[in-house]
Amino acid sequence: MSQDIYVVIEHLRGQVADISYVLCAAARQLAAASGGQVVGVLLGHNVQGLAQDVAVDRLLVMDDPQLADFIPDRYQQALAGLLSAQAPRVTLFGDTSIGAELAGGLSVQLGWPLVSYCRSVRADDGRLLYISQLCGGKVMAEGEIPAPHALLAMVPGGFQAEQGKRTSPPPVETVASAAVGGRITLKQYIEPESGDVDISKEAILVSVGRGIQNADNIEMVQELAAALGGVVSASRPVVDQGWLPTTRLVGKSGKRVKPRLYLALGISGAPEHAEAITDSQTIIAVNTDASAPIFDIARYGTTLDLFDLVPALTEKVRQAKQ
Amino acid sequence: MHIVVPVKLVPDLVEELVIDASGCALDPDTLRLQLNEFDGHAIEQAILLKERGGGQVTVIAPDLEGVDDVLYTAAAKGADRLIKLCDHFGQAVNNHAMARAVAEVIKPLQPDLVLTGVQSHSDLDGSIGPLLAGYLAMPYVGYIAGVTLSDGRATVRKEYPGGLVAELEVTLPAVLGIQAADQPPRYVAFSRIRQAMKSATIEEQTVAALDTSGGPAVARMYKPEVAARATMLDGKPDEVADQLVALFRELGVL
Ligand SMILES: Cc1cc2nc3c(=O)[nH]c(=O)nc-3n(C[C@H](O)[C@H](O)[C@H](O)COP(=O)(O)OP(=O)(O)OC[C@H]3O[C@@H](n4cnc5c(N)ncnc54)[C@H](O)[C@@H]3O)c2cc1C
Ligand SMILES: Nc1ncnc2c1ncn2[C@@H]1O[C@H](COP(=O)(O)O)[C@@H](O)[C@H]1O
Repeated sequence: MSQDIYVVIEHLRGQVADISYVLCAAARQLAAASGGQVVGVLLGHNVQGLAQDVAVDRLLVMDDPQLADFIPDRYQQALAGLLSAQAPRVTLFGDTSIGAELAGGLSVQLGWPLVSYCRSVRADDGRLLYISQLCGGKVMAEGEIPAPHALLAMVPGGFQAEQGKRTSPPPVETVASAAVGGRITLKQYIEPESGDVDISKEAILVSVGRGIQNADNIEMVQELAAALGGVVSASRPVVDQGWLPTTRLVGKSGKRVKPRLYLALGISGAPEHAEAITDSQTIIAVNTDASAPIFDIARYGTTLDLFDLVPALTEKVRQAKQ
Repeated sequence: MHIVVPVKLVPDLVEELVIDASGCALDPDTLRLQLNEFDGHAIEQAILLKERGGGQVTVIAPDLEGVDDVLYTAAAKGADRLIKLCDHFGQAVNNHAMARAVAEVIKPLQPDLVLTGVQSHSDLDGSIGPLLAGYLAMPYVGYIAGVTLSDGRATVRKEYPGGLVAELEVTLPAVLGIQAADQPPRYVAFSRIRQAMKSATIEEQTVAALDTSGGPAVARMYKPEVAARATMLDGKPDEVADQLVALFRELGVL
């Protein structure tokens, strides 16, 4: 067994995902305490030149046409072979649509414990500790990263991506692929809808969550957005109900936004939503639950009922504009 | 087509969460449990598939407070068989233990498809789906919004950030992690649930002692320390609206 910290570099269609840098930043802390190296693992096809700026000591590249796209069973088998041979102390994954299922499958296959929702790591007296975010961000759990081997699935927020970058390319080693699969195949990619406004470029977003209750109430919010000269965006439940199109979705599965004003109406601020609005200049939240996590990231807030506030606010904004 | 949906009951986050005297777990006496939101989508997806192509839907839930309501509600929506996992669920168990126990119950059912919610907010040791798939030796795909079935295969829409979707084909039997059903979970009137309470039976299955290996121990649980909470604006709607308009001016958006 080794004291190395492995990082599974996540990438999608030629782009390294931001979470990969977050993983590298966490891995550096762990490696400093364990005395091992940070080793990146890059699975894919024709990926030379990708991930030249990840802060790893070594980059292992498994290049195989079978790994050209993320296919869960093939990726899992490829990693199982590598990890059982190398036996790193800790292996880091993104807690994402790629990393979460790999980490879970490998935990069973390798018999190595898994820690999910991990937001940060630290060392204490030679012990490696995880800090995970549970219950939609309302509770943190901390404990020892199990030994001798463990898998960690990490969420963003605890480390900056910048901390996981390096300026010179890391030394690269090619490793043989052991990818086998066969039960899952990729048919096609379906591109995101376009033609609607691009919420990631808007300066003023009036965002609605489940607190809006039904489709008919969306109009009220559209009026406020129109008065402000902004557009309406939404949390996942609103889009899942079909009250607004997917193009308006803010969050982990939607878009990252960075408006000057993000007005959150009836949104609780679950981590999957919150992670995508942290670049907003000013967040103002309207939520009847004073303990909603949205107030932890908002600059201003009110616990007024949105149905009482929004009509009054629309009226006042209209007057102010006259 | 036999579709099995194992579900989880999780704390309702609208309630105040209290950490127990040990300082490393939530106090079970103060929690209000409810069906994991994404498991509700998994149940809905199972019933939609049954309505479209026929088959049988079995819902499995651990014996925790509120479980009967959850199971009867599922029956009112169209589930055919309800199984309650008894014993050993008194204290919080991790997902490795849960997945091992559920796998033993599922194996003899020989399902074509197992649907789980993609995750729950209490999955400290990974979500149930991939763990279950591991113990059942079935393929797993998660983050799914959209499933169709034909010829022993499932065609699924897997979501990536930014609205990109990958359409994957999975050979059955398989485990799928549902993010959103093809349609939002349906509403059932309480009268239908009451009817289900009379007509449906909940089968109780005793599970063997739980094996929790594979999950981390928790040394400390605490509420997050927040750098700065929002400045709260108080007053009547008109007064708060005035304060907000002033703020909008300050921010240069008005
Ligand atoms: C893999 C994955 C990806 C996800 N991706 C995303 C994503 O991209 N974007 C996203 O948003 N979510 C995403 N989610 C879902 C996320 O976990 C939350 O479920 C979701 O963000 C909750 O949306 P919400 O805040 O609108 O609803 P809730 O959490 O139900 O919050 C509603 C809030 O409204 C408040 N409220 C109710 N009535 C009123 C009223 N009259 N006035 C004022 N306030 C009121 C309540 O107090 C409550 O806080 C994802 C989940 C998973 C598992
Ligand atoms: N989609 C669902 N499938 C199964 N049970 C549900 C679903 N939605 C809610 N329930 C459960 O049914 C009971 C009543 O729910 P509700 O009508 O939402 O208050 C609660 O115990 C819920 O956990």
